Amino acid sequence: MAARTDVWTTLTDPLIRQNPVTLQILGICSALAVTTTLATALTMSISLTVVLTLAAGLVSVIRRHIPETIRLIVQIVIVASLVIVIDQILQAYFAEISRALSVYVGLITTNCLVLGRTEAYARHHAPLPAMVDAFGNGLGYSLVLILIGGLRELFGKGELFGHQVLPLADAGGWFTPLSLMLLAPSAFFLLGLLVWTVRSLYPGQTEAPEHTPPLRAEPAE
Amino acid sequence: MAGRDWNPWRRLLALPNESRTKTVLIAFLVSASCAALVSGATVMLRPIQAANRAAEEQARIEALVQGIPGMSALLQQSGGTLSTVVIDLATGRAAAEVSPETLDAALSDPGNWTALGPGQDLAGLGQRPDFAQIFLLRDAGQISLVLLPLSGRGYGGRIDAILALRGDMNTIAGLAVTQHSETPGLGGRIEEASWQADFPGTELRDESGEMRFRVARGPASTVHEVDGITGATRTGRGVTEMVRFWLGPDGYGPLLDAIERGEF
Repeated sequence: MAARTDVWTTLTDPLIRQNPVTLQILGICSALAVTTTLATALTMSISLTVVLTLAAGLVSVIRRHIPETIRLIVQIVIVASLVIVIDQILQAYFAEISRALSVYVGLITTNCLVLGRTEAYARHHAPLPAMVDAFGNGLGYSLVLILIGGLRELFGKGELFGHQVLPLADAGGWFTPLSLMLLAPSAFFLLGLLVWTVRSLYPGQTEAPEHTPPLRAEPAE
Repeated sequence: MAGRDWNPWRRLLALPNESRTKTVLIAFLVSASCAALVSGATVMLRPIQAANRAAEEQARIEALVQGIPGMSALLQQSGGTLSTVVIDLATGRAAAEVSPETLDAALSDPGNWTALGPGQDLAGLGQRPDFAQIFLLRDAGQISLVLLPLSGRGYGGRIDAILALRGDMNTIAGLAVTQHSETPGLGGRIEEASWQADFPGTELRDESGEMRFRVARGPASTVHEVDGITGATRTGRGVTEMVRFWLGPDGYGPLLDAIERGEF
């Protein structure tokens, strides 16, 4: 029973309480770039979750034999190969979405979230818990991406998955699209609000200020 | 424990992780298996990707033709289809021994490519095929539209495009970018319809026959220019040079002359 709760916590913890995006602020670059529509956000989420889970499994299988001196490069090589394979599959079977994601699938390689999980967890745990943890973190990332992607597409275009949900003012409805929602800054605002919400619910996550601001404004240089 | 284990695999795994042999071997094994994985996926999926790209190019040609004002009426008059011709670029006539089906095979032979000298090579291609597949539309015996595939070099790499010319062989009817690797958001905007919409009506040459077409730096000011994209000067120059090269004497020049003389 204890083991089962353990796996369950490993899986569900990263969803909200230990969410890699809102708590550790990892993987922000792609979270901002691919969330203009729900479809791209969903594809990116699935790609990252698959890459992360497989990479964690592979790293965990050979964890006792990775020399300490080259451990980072071994992990990156594994992650990068998986990313290329996923990218090729997307190009072959989902050409349209692959074009919309452009370079960001390739950038999963450099997503701190992936290396963070393989380095911090998979390297010290057996394959099954490592993959469960990676899958949970992938789901946590997906949750944030889908939430932001859904909000941006809904308020930016009045659509969800390309289907008109809110009737547009141009077409006789009442909704005027907020074009700001389709630009990168809005993703920052939404993500900031999300982090704020999560940290209000879990006050323990609030970071101590790194320095106290000076009392009077000093002229810069 | 029994005596020494002679299985080399177990001996490798039993080595301390920090030993040099094991470090090198693990690095080699990981890279070799990853290389096999990546190459396998690439080779297996290439035919599907090539088919996707071909379908996309076909769709863009259709979109280009549909986007030209008055095109659908013209197409209906002429029976609804464009005729496909492979031409010999050097003579400007239809190639006798190459058909659209055998074009790929002909172009895989290096003998069917011409090297370009530094003075000729405006588009930065290095070499140019001797044959090209073009699309023609005839209206009452006269050629009313010709679609010419172009390729050139932009900022990020190769740009492939299709240029549509009206029957006077001087007025652009449209441009479609079929492939590029320019910076997304800057030069990458050449694939946007809003930028390509500036091409129809642009004239290539002035009255004296001099090539005047160019992508302006900023908004277009003459009938020979199209709007430039801010932050993508080199992409714009790439497009200018691509159009100038392919419509010049080393590109489709002989073909355009032949069409103007009514020989085609």
